[in-house]
Amino acid sequence: MSANGQNGDGLIQLTAKDFKTDQEVRWCPGCGDYAILAAVQAFMPELEIPRERIVFISGIGCAARFPYYMQTYGMHSIHGRAPAIATGLSTSRPDLSVWVVTGDGDALSIGGNHLIHALRRNVNITILLFNNQVYGLTKGQYSPTSPVGQRTGSTPMGSIDHPFNPLSVALGAEATFVARSIDTDRKHLTEVLRAAAVHKGAAFVEVYQNCNVYNDGAFDFVREEKENQIRLEHGERVRFGAEHEKGVRLRADGSAEIVDVADAEEDKLLVHDAHADEPSVAFALSRLTKDTVGAAPIGVFRNVERPMYDELLQGQIDEATAKSGKGELAGLLRSGDTWTIE
Amino acid sequence: MAKPLEQLDQVVIRFAGDSGDGMQLTGGRFTSETAILGNDLSTLPDFPAEIRAPAGSLPGVSGFQIHFSDHDILTPGDNPHVLVAMNPAALRTNIKDLARGGTLIVNVDAFTERNLDKAGYTASPLEDGSLDEYQVHPVPLTSLTIEALKEFDVTKREAERSKNMFALGLMSWLFTRPTEGTVGFLEKKFASNPEIAKANIRAFQAGYAFGETSEAFTAHYEVKPAKLPPGTYRNVTGNQALAMGLVAASVQSGLPLFLGAYPITPASGILEELSRYKHFGIRTFQAEDEIAAVGAALGASFGGSLGVSTSSGPGVVLKMETIGLAVMLELPLLILDIQRAGPATGMPTKPEQADLLLALYGRHAESPVPVVAAATPGGCFHAAIEAARIALKYRTPVFLLSDAYLANGSEPWAIPDAATLPDISTPFAGQPNHEGQFQPYLRDAETLARPWAIPGTPGLEHRIGGLEKAEGTGNVSYDPDNHDYMVRIRARKVAGIAADIPELGVEGDEDADVLVAGWGGTYGPIAAAVRRVRREGHKVAHAHFTHVNPLPRNTSDVLRRYDKVLVPEMNLGQLSRVLRAEFLVDAVSYNRVRGLPFTSGELAEAIEGLL
Repeated sequence: MSANGQNGDGLIQLTAKDFKTDQEVRWCPGCGDYAILAAVQAFMPELEIPRERIVFISGIGCAARFPYYMQTYGMHSIHGRAPAIATGLSTSRPDLSVWVVTGDGDALSIGGNHLIHALRRNVNITILLFNNQVYGLTKGQYSPTSPVGQRTGSTPMGSIDHPFNPLSVALGAEATFVARSIDTDRKHLTEVLRAAAVHKGAAFVEVYQNCNVYNDGAFDFVREEKENQIRLEHGERVRFGAEHEKGVRLRADGSAEIVDVADAEEDKLLVHDAHADEPSVAFALSRLTKDTVGAAPIGVFRNVERPMYDELLQGQIDEATAKSGKGELAGLLRSGDTWTIE
Repeated sequence: MAKPLEQLDQVVIRFAGDSGDGMQLTGGRFTSETAILGNDLSTLPDFPAEIRAPAGSLPGVSGFQIHFSDHDILTPGDNPHVLVAMNPAALRTNIKDLARGGTLIVNVDAFTERNLDKAGYTASPLEDGSLDEYQVHPVPLTSLTIEALKEFDVTKREAERSKNMFALGLMSWLFTRPTEGTVGFLEKKFASNPEIAKANIRAFQAGYAFGETSEAFTAHYEVKPAKLPPGTYRNVTGNQALAMGLVAASVQSGLPLFLGAYPITPASGILEELSRYKHFGIRTFQAEDEIAAVGAALGASFGGSLGVSTSSGPGVVLKMETIGLAVMLELPLLILDIQRAGPATGMPTKPEQADLLLALYGRHAESPVPVVAAATPGGCFHAAIEAARIALKYRTPVFLLSDAYLANGSEPWAIPDAATLPDISTPFAGQPNHEGQFQPYLRDAETLARPWAIPGTPGLEHRIGGLEKAEGTGNVSYDPDNHDYMVRIRARKVAGIAADIPELGVEGDEDADVLVAGWGGTYGPIAAAVRRVRREGHKVAHAHFTHVNPLPRNTSDVLRRYDKVLVPEMNLGQLSRVLRAEFLVDAVSYNRVRGLPFTSGELAEAIEGLL
């Protein structure tokens, strides 16, 4: 989402503290949401948008409490519907900076339809999906991102559902901005938020978020073991590992594989192009997961330009107004065939 | 020699044919000609859900009925005086309605063995004497049309398709309708294909000339303009009037209109109509589903737009969770339910009034929503403004109920003077309202409405949501007493609107023996039935609800004034249940759910049954 709420009066001196509310934060102690909230509050002043022009909209779930803790306008709505509600707000109020905070159940189960349609329309919103691979607020049932075999309250013998990969879904919906970060990596998360915030149109950010109560350690493979983080940098060869000894290469069929740099020719490694029109290489990168390679890319997968939905709609309003003149009610009522009785 | 011109005071005509025969277009054009002439009129399109049902089949028959007169009328008429049947199936499904002695015009070319068979006739009804009680005019509409178009560069199939215009021309002659409008219409409709335009115009003119010259018709008829109240009129369908009413609500409130909608019969026309009014600053959003449609409308309302979502029963059911949220958020939102026959997919193109209890009670928990019901096609215009007024003033979702009959039916509409429409603007909150702070749930003492502070307003940043709110601060609250208070105050707020809506009016006899109480789209047939019974010397009164929640404040007084109360509804008794429960009156239900509007005849009988 672009920072189109820029204040014309010049720089506003706000700090993280200005974005805190008087409400007691009620997530479980140790929840990854605290780190994300702190990162977002700390980043907000950078937007240089006055607080009254920022809106956080959420659905239902642990993540969805987020708006209560942001000293901006906000709406805690209903399960899965935040992208739809945000679409109406963003489309009718292009002057606002509209953020959607959602979780894996909210965005990908009950609200899956709204998510993909907001992305394909390129509605000017930033969607932060806190993925913890479990339903927390309902006390620990498996979610649409839970891995097969995960034992939860509703899957005592292990989940048999093939999970969604949130980034693959977003890329499949041809989202114009797709990124991933990690709750506790403040620096990286802030960089991703920055890129998402300046993006024009729908920005989708998956945040690996630890649920220490119902699914502790789900992302330790990248959260704790940093050598498994495949950091994507636009224009750079994709390398990772403690000594950058591993890299990503495309196979002939277009899928991505991990190779030892020592065995591969350096110039055969993939150079990351976040601005590629085609989402297929980004999709291939999204398939590198804990399950497939024991590592996962973080950073901006895709960042391309496409007209924003609100601009297109406003364009039609302007075009219609230029053609027909500003609508005049008396004229509308008398349009068509009329007759007069004296 | 010119044929004699006979005067009639009113006529009911029904055009019936295959769903591909263009009967709706034909009826629509005849209606426009009739409107321009200045008759009062009322129409009833009656068509199947299938766009092109199997040709010649009984379920594929599409009909259009028009009642026009030189005086004020209320309904599309019970029984047509003239039936135009384009094929045997159309004859078979409609002949039972034709008035005894009525005129039947049939396209004999379509009475082939195959078509007779498809319609279930073992012998041609044109030859077996079964139509002896009617004045039958067998006209070879198809071959006359093809003959008339032989010099045109159109295929035989294209020529055949113009037979509806031939029939329209014939009927235009028979009832002395002005023809210029239809010629202009055809030129415009087929502007991209001038040959087709010319062919259709020629077919139309050939039909007119056929009437003049054919020996089959010995006279033609005239229905003088009606003496309606002075004013400028146009013909409108309910959906057109709703669309214009929503535009007017936007203009009169000073708020941009945001329509979130998902295509559904019979509401789609409103989405299509409003999408053409972008120069009014209107944003129409065709959503991915019904839920997103109302969600986006609510999001737009949060941002200070007039948020509207249009749908029909099956879609409204999907919106209910969001409407419940709007009750909790106390934001303005309009939900239009163009009711159709159900349950489930039911009969999508046919009217019913069975969503009243859905609108009143179809949400979980205590979730009061005001309900406005349009009574006539033209009345849809003011109903839209009224529903918006209530939503904006009281910060509440409001249901506006229409139905498939009002949506597609049309009548002359006295165009209101835009300058006299009510101002329904409502102020946004701009300042802190409590000790330098902003409390989003600090209510107006009179209306009990909460302040509407839209994003972009400095200093009023606040959060709202579906969790129960503390009165005043709007903070999340699980306090038992607060919840009890909030449930009651939301109910009180909606109930209090009764003081701000018109009293229930009564037409007819002051000292009537029977009060007929209706609501919504049954106004025309009920009023016509009451007139009929009164003409026979009986004392009858009619009260019609256009506000169903809250009910007008004098409802109890009106109901108690009469010995008997009859409640006709196109459902199994929904308003009657409410009236019985609220007022302990022994209301008698009269119910029909045939997917057709009431006839005034059946209602007159029902009234007489109580006398």
